[in-house]
Amino acid sequence: MEKITVSFILNGDEVTAEVPPSWSLLKTLREYFELTGPKEGCGVGECGACTVVIDGKAVNSCIYPVAEVEGKSVLTVEGLAGTDGTLHPLQRAFIENNGVQCGFCTSGMLMSAKALLDENPEPTEDEIRTSLAGNLCRCTGYVQIVESVQKAVKMMKEKS
Amino acid sequence: MIDYQYLKPKSLEEALSLLESYGERAMLIAGGTDVMVGIRNGKFAPEALISLRGLEDLAYIEKDNDAYRIGALTTHRMLETHPLIRSELSALYDGASQVGSVQIRNVATVGGNICNAAPSADTAGPLLALDAVAVLKGPRGERNVPLSEFFTGPSQTVKELDEVLVEFRVPAVMGEYGSAYHKHSRRKAMDLPILGVAVSLKVTDGKIEDARIALSVAAPTPIRAKRAEDFLTGKMVSEDVLEEAGKIAGEEASPRDSLRGKAWYRREMIETFVPRMAQKALERLKNR
Repeated sequence: MEKITVSFILNGDEVTAEVPPSWSLLKTLREYFELTGPKEGCGVGECGACTVVIDGKAVNSCIYPVAEVEGKSVLTVEGLAGTDGTLHPLQRAFIENNGVQCGFCTSGMLMSAKALLDENPEPTEDEIRTSLAGNLCRCTGYVQIVESVQKAVKMMKEKS
Repeated sequence: MIDYQYLKPKSLEEALSLLESYGERAMLIAGGTDVMVGIRNGKFAPEALISLRGLEDLAYIEKDNDAYRIGALTTHRMLETHPLIRSELSALYDGASQVGSVQIRNVATVGGNICNAAPSADTAGPLLALDAVAVLKGPRGERNVPLSEFFTGPSQTVKELDEVLVEFRVPAVMGEYGSAYHKHSRRKAMDLPILGVAVSLKVTDGKIEDARIALSVAAPTPIRAKRAEDFLTGKMVSEDVLEEAGKIAGEEASPRDSLRGKAWYRREMIETFVPRMAQKALERLKNR
């Protein structure tokens, strides 16, 4: 099959990919751009390890056809920290609050939380849990993860 | 992994002409949360996907004098966050907000949920209980199909291969009904329903003027429990009356034994949740 050309914004940079039309966004991110932050867990939109933010909304990149990102803006965990390497408050909170154990779900958790906080800077615990319901973690039992998001909310509030 | 072409028509006309030229070799894709999974699982092997996502003018929620109009490309997240849906078509809010995860709801469309025609579709029961009509467009023009006549079997609908579902119309009068939907499942998130029960009621001075009851995963397609609806119509609201309606609805259903639940269990849950959703619909009417 002839490759297609897709141009979009990836972590703030204008990029173009030449990939087979059947590739998912996840496959393109990992194998064409070599961004391995987004992970493939289930590959069918159940586990959320592949979560990225497209135009402000969290989506499962494993079932997102790459052709559909044309002209859109994609943010992966690699684009979460500042360009000088300063970690995002969510990243700091996850580290300081033991929101990470094996780490496989972490980038997806961070991206779901990022989309939530951009839309709703002071979410309730329920709203946090709803936003993370599509991100499975088999280690933590979720408590530290939810607390990490709450901590990030506090850090961002103090800063502003 | 199979290979396929990915076609992105910019207008409905272009989509229809692509459908005509590809015929059975192509599939429509909207949000893709069912289609992409089906391809991966080997359930579908199209030569081409025709994406409807470029038809952005088909994503809308509007209300005029006749009807609520919901574009087929409207995402579940749009339904979930729209004040009109939450307050006036509450059962649809209940259904849409419980599909998959936020990530899924951000892309999955209501048109896709209905056209995929899973017996477990969470927007099917609510739309049935709200008397929705599906608007189909194709080379032979436009036709309106009441949702109660739309499903013909699991994954099967009356939509022809060369047609596109463009809109749902819910009669404006449904805004005067109270409605509620219960998704009965084992987990709070990321699960399919064992059973879905949607009820909408119009009540004046304690008397039920009109009732709609829809059940999903209770038969090969989502169904209306019409005998139970007829039983309720004209009666004064009471616990006994609602419970009796639940029993009748349970008899009307033809659930099967499956991995998620046994037929007898589904029937008992219909008896339980029809009266509970009726109560919830009544409460919502009161609090409006």
